[in-house]
Amino acid sequence: MSVAAKETTRLVAEISGLSIAYRSGVRDVPVLRDVSLSLGAGEALAIVGESGCGKSTLASALVGHLRTGSRVTGGSVRIGGEDVLAGDARTVRTLRRQQIGFVPQNAGHSLTPSMRIGAQVVEVLRATRKMDKSAARAEAVRLLAQVRLPEPDVLVDRYPHQLSGGQQQRVAVALALAGAPRLLVLDEPTTGLDVVTQAGVLALFSSLRAELGISLVMVSHDLGAVSAVCERVAVMYAGRVVESGATEAAFRLPAHPYTRGLLSSVARIAAPGLPLGMPGSMADTLTSPGCVFAPRCEFAQESCTEGDPPELTPVEGEDAPRFSACLRLPEVLAAPAWEAQVRPPRTRERGEPLLQISGLTVDYRRRPDPRTGPTVSDVDLTVHRGEVVALVGESGSGKSTIAWTIAGLRRPTSGEITLDGGADLTRTAARRDPAVRRQLQLVFQNATTSLNPRRTVGDAVLRPLRLRGLRGEAAVAARDRVFEDVGLEPGHAERYPAQLSGGQQQRVGIARALAGGPALVLADEVVSALDVSIQASVLRLLDDLRDEHQLGYLFISHDLAVVRALADRVVVLYLGRVCEEGPIERVFSGPNHPYTRLLMDSALATEPGMTEALVGSEDEPESAPPAAGCAFRNRCPQRVEGLCDHETPPWQDLGAGHRIRCHVPVEIGART
Amino acid sequence: MTNLALRVRPRRLSLPARPSLLIGLFLVGLNVVVALAAPLLAPYSPTQPNALDAIEGSSSAHWLGTDQLGRDVLSRVLYGGRYAMLISLSAALLTVVLGTVLGCLTAYRRGWFDEVLMRLLDSVLSVPAILALLVVVTALGSGASVIILASTVVYCPALIRVVRAAALSIVGLDYVTAARARGEGFWPIMVREIWPNILDVVLVEFAMRASWITLLVSSLSFLGFGANPPTPDWGLMVSENRSLLTVVPLATIAPIVALATLIVGLNLAADGIAKARGIDRITGGLR
Repeated sequence: MSVAAKETTRLVAEISGLSIAYRSGVRDVPVLRDVSLSLGAGEALAIVGESGCGKSTLASALVGHLRTGSRVTGGSVRIGGEDVLAGDARTVRTLRRQQIGFVPQNAGHSLTPSMRIGAQVVEVLRATRKMDKSAARAEAVRLLAQVRLPEPDVLVDRYPHQLSGGQQQRVAVALALAGAPRLLVLDEPTTGLDVVTQAGVLALFSSLRAELGISLVMVSHDLGAVSAVCERVAVMYAGRVVESGATEAAFRLPAHPYTRGLLSSVARIAAPGLPLGMPGSMADTLTSPGCVFAPRCEFAQESCTEGDPPELTPVEGEDAPRFSACLRLPEVLAAPAWEAQVRPPRTRERGEPLLQISGLTVDYRRRPDPRTGPTVSDVDLTVHRGEVVALVGESGSGKSTIAWTIAGLRRPTSGEITLDGGADLTRTAARRDPAVRRQLQLVFQNATTSLNPRRTVGDAVLRPLRLRGLRGEAAVAARDRVFEDVGLEPGHAERYPAQLSGGQQQRVGIARALAGGPALVLADEVVSALDVSIQASVLRLLDDLRDEHQLGYLFISHDLAVVRALADRVVVLYLGRVCEEGPIERVFSGPNHPYTRLLMDSALATEPGMTEALVGSEDEPESAPPAAGCAFRNRCPQRVEGLCDHETPPWQDLGAGHRIRCHVPVEIGART
Repeated sequence: MTNLALRVRPRRLSLPARPSLLIGLFLVGLNVVVALAAPLLAPYSPTQPNALDAIEGSSSAHWLGTDQLGRDVLSRVLYGGRYAMLISLSAALLTVVLGTVLGCLTAYRRGWFDEVLMRLLDSVLSVPAILALLVVVTALGSGASVIILASTVVYCPALIRVVRAAALSIVGLDYVTAARARGEGFWPIMVREIWPNILDVVLVEFAMRASWITLLVSSLSFLGFGANPPTPDWGLMVSENRSLLTVVPLATIAPIVALATLIVGLNLAADGIAKARGIDRITGGLR
């Protein structure tokens, strides 16, 4: 065997010059263009980029799968020396069975709902490793333990729906590991998980690598998740790799303007200020000649828009090899640090109290149950004019319940909600005065489902204007003004939602809310479904609009970094109970409630550029609040037995409106 | 430039040319036109007996021959769709309108209203359609309005269920929530938000129900409970002439073929609408 051949077999995966296109009508639309990457044994490679950059296509190409309608137009993918895209079905199956484990994006959908978890793992073991029944079952329990699932011998007999999202993800990993693969391909493995769960799953990947010496390819849009697990990164834009190299170096000193733009689009938990991001979106640039990124690039010059796209060239003077496809490499490297690309927080006058909630309790239970308490209990909250109050918590913390109650879509069990000092908001929307309804508008998380697909977006914005009594010319003029406010063109009004990009759709959602002429905007996870560069621009838009219109926001989010970028005050919820509230910078400088600290630590660990070892928490979120005592006690590291489980914790005032609801005195808690 | 391009796009439902859809619409259209223009097209009176020419095969005078009373089969076939189509189309229309409103309402209201209505519909659904119709016709007579109302009652429950299921997936979406939050009532929400999104289901249901009711009405006529002799009606014609199948086969086959074109046409149209609505630009517009 020649030296070169040995070199090839040592590589676990080798992608060379891979191009994939799908057929749309009569045209071939390229998805991947000339992608070359290699992965050695035990290495972890991240593939990052925004939606539409081709990263998922690349992930499925790695397991020899092409979506219907797409075909390989050049290049190859070799796993352990074998070409997975050229081989016949039997070879590819053997290869997948023996070499590759694949963890798909949504584990909840990839597990068979009617089969016990153990049976699903056993099925794989019997097929791939030819184990007999009892050996396979024992191995299944061992695998479930390996992915750090609690009580694996009980869990094997559970059904997928009995597990939480994070646990389902771990089962999917166990399934992928069952064939003892050399390569694990992870497609967006933590998207949709809560921040604490996410940190735990990421920590699992790191430790599996260390234990099994397995190679990882992780596809993600989340730069933070990637830097916590993978030491190598490839940044993709419009089907090409634009930068590749060591993750740490690439995130510290990006060598391509797109990497730089991505990094400066991510809201950071470690520092205040709104991310500046980059202009435009990928869809606008796909057909540009020369470098595809040039139209959005702050470094672009005339030569960038001519000729062939720039090739990957090595970045000089670094220990690990790094490549960037940019003609302006020296200028990019010499540019000021991307961390400085923020809009610093403005100091603002806080207006009159707008929304006042006191003692809000919402109970979903049909009949009284002595073991649990109401979903939302005793929540006090105030939003002033021109102020952004963030409501933070994991899924199931009651954030959306509170928002829906305020919006009048659900009736509170008890408590007071008033708007502007007078109007009673405990009534449902249909019973409110139209003037009151108008003052309160909703913006939703999912831009796609928040717009009627069969009505033009102009129509969606006209409707609230009509309800305000505007007709004809006046309404159209008002619509165009609102469109301008949110950065859309009047011409967009005639389009249907599917003809707009995700960011534009979210802008329409905001425009619809503005058209109502609100004083208070309920924004429910409005940026969490968006790509980071779009996210940054929507955040800036929200920030501008509140100054222009003196809007108060109740900003609901699970993302502490986004909250720090936009909010003035933050309220932390756990299982429908407020555990901490205060001005944003005070909360972020601590001391904190143990739950807030858990959230912050988890979020901080997955900040892009953080290289500290991830310490995953084994915690799984709980689903039902207890009837008495502190809701967080089961997960709390500083629990006081006999106190926390019986008595509701008292408020501790830390000054300037920062308060914490905990039995343990803050000074003591902060030290542990 | 871009503005111009946007303006020329059709705003309303556009059905791309699909062979199955076009054939279906053509067959249905043909049947409707023939039924409307029957007085102009028919060479003889459809009801006038002529004992001298009874039971004749195909000839230049009678293209499709004559039946046992000497009536021209071609004329009877041309007229024969009128009764069935009038009843089935109006019954289908009534079913669809009533079913859509009730289906949307029950999906929107949920709670006890949904519960009561659904159990009520279950009880109607548990009776076979033809049996229920026979009972109604026996009790109330076989007038057109009785049959229309009876088939509406018989077919509405299934439609309400289908529409309810389609609407349920819509009422939970954020744009409906947004409408409710701005205080809109049931009618504007149904007309503006729900209806356009379940239109595909409704259109398909309409075409399907129309073909089922046509079959049902023809079955009734065949059994002697629908159209009364000497009304020219396909179902009745089959019933009258089946004993002569070996002597003048065309008298039985011609109305069957005519009925088949209508049913197949309605089904093809339903299929085509479903497919066309599924891939139109609203759901995949960006491509």
